[in-house]
Amino acid sequence: MTAEQTLQFREPEAANAIVDRLESMMDEIDEDVSVMHVCGSHEQAIAKFGLRTMLPEGLTVRMGPGCPVCVTNMPEVDEAVALAREGAIVATYGDMYRVPGTESSLGDVSARGATVEVVYSASEAVALARENPDREVVFFATGFETTAAPTAAVLEADPPSNFSVLSAHKYVPPAMEVVAELPDTDIDGFLAAGHAAVITGYGIFEPFVQKYHTPVVVGGFEPLDVLLGLERLLEYIRDGRTGLDNAYPRCVTRAGNTVALETLWNVFEKTTGEWRGIAEIPDANLVLREEYAEYDARKRFDIDPEGGESDPLTNDCLCGDIMAGTAEPDECSLFGEECTPTNPVGACMVSSEGPCKIWLEYGGTPEI
Amino acid sequence: MCLGIPGEILEIDGHEARAEFWNVEKTIRLDIVGESVERGDYILNHAGFAIRKIPDTEVEETIAIYESFLEGDEDEALEEIGAADAVLEFGEQQSGARGRDR
Repeated sequence: MTAEQTLQFREPEAANAIVDRLESMMDEIDEDVSVMHVCGSHEQAIAKFGLRTMLPEGLTVRMGPGCPVCVTNMPEVDEAVALAREGAIVATYGDMYRVPGTESSLGDVSARGATVEVVYSASEAVALARENPDREVVFFATGFETTAAPTAAVLEADPPSNFSVLSAHKYVPPAMEVVAELPDTDIDGFLAAGHAAVITGYGIFEPFVQKYHTPVVVGGFEPLDVLLGLERLLEYIRDGRTGLDNAYPRCVTRAGNTVALETLWNVFEKTTGEWRGIAEIPDANLVLREEYAEYDARKRFDIDPEGGESDPLTNDCLCGDIMAGTAEPDECSLFGEECTPTNPVGACMVSSEGPCKIWLEYGGTPEI
Repeated sequence: MCLGIPGEILEIDGHEARAEFWNVEKTIRLDIVGESVERGDYILNHAGFAIRKIPDTEVEETIAIYESFLEGDEDEALEEIGAADAVLEFGEQQSGARGRDR
């Protein structure tokens, strides 16, 4: 692909040309096709530019578990809330601040006097620990590989002894397997997240492709990137083939960033854990290895999350179903009514990558 | 958002560097960038860490692509840079790549 071609990524003519090809392939396939993306940024592009309204009839693009904030489990938030209540400085990314725990969010306990600091990076959390040598500073660390590698890097760089990590980091490939096996989902192809693949490399999806005979294409986040990714997926589906392709070569390689991966796996190991509302997923949570136990907040503190009743509305929240691709935001009875970005019931309404927040923000028609 | 954002390395001190994103300066870490990075190189920054060195041949195109979709979404860009109160100056960043000796 030439620079001239990639720079036309918002050209309506180019988009329409791809849509024409999608339509022609859907005619050849002659049955409904369901594709899942696994990236909040994909959903942003799709919703913002109204791409769904441009797609040929019969081609559905569903959301998958691509928002790490959304799949952070409520008990994990409760652990962070408990540590803040008990006097630790809890540092976390901005998206986590208002994610509801069982009774409280970090924002709630901050309003009641606990110290919760929003940080931009893992290294800012370490800096907080250095600036507050008499306080325990716990970094409530969330996100996929793109933020897990930085968390690992600060632990490898000899942080101060009053620094620890409460890991809620997640690992995507096993979650894709769970979603692929759900009886209610019938996914013909996956559009995988381009930027996580900067770290992991797109080769990480090879075992999935082989095991599930389902094509995976790594795609970028601009409208034409998404449409190109869909085109590659439909080519596989039309030809009855499976395969792995990289539709985002300007950022992603097969091997990924091997130094970042080495750092990540030096510090973290995979374990079974609950993804909020979806399932308990083997090997999809990242916890600190024994060698880093001294920095593991779960080992350093006797964390005692308070019990209590969650918001009764939580029972009606469809966040888990939405993350699993079996429901869409506007199917939720709370959507835009009881649940809004300023008063969220579920995490999907909090994060900028959360499908509910995105759908509420962009109702839209195509702008390109 | 999990996009990462391109910036130019201004100075390096061990694993730390000052980087410029459309005239906004920020300290970032180089621990996991995975390649040798020098002053004047461009990197993709995510949450305060360089996660990729942008090849010289791709710098101009990458900056142009980002500029075209970040214009109008400056708040998102500033969030990704970690400088919420700053002001981006689009069109400023490419001078480094074009002007320096290679």
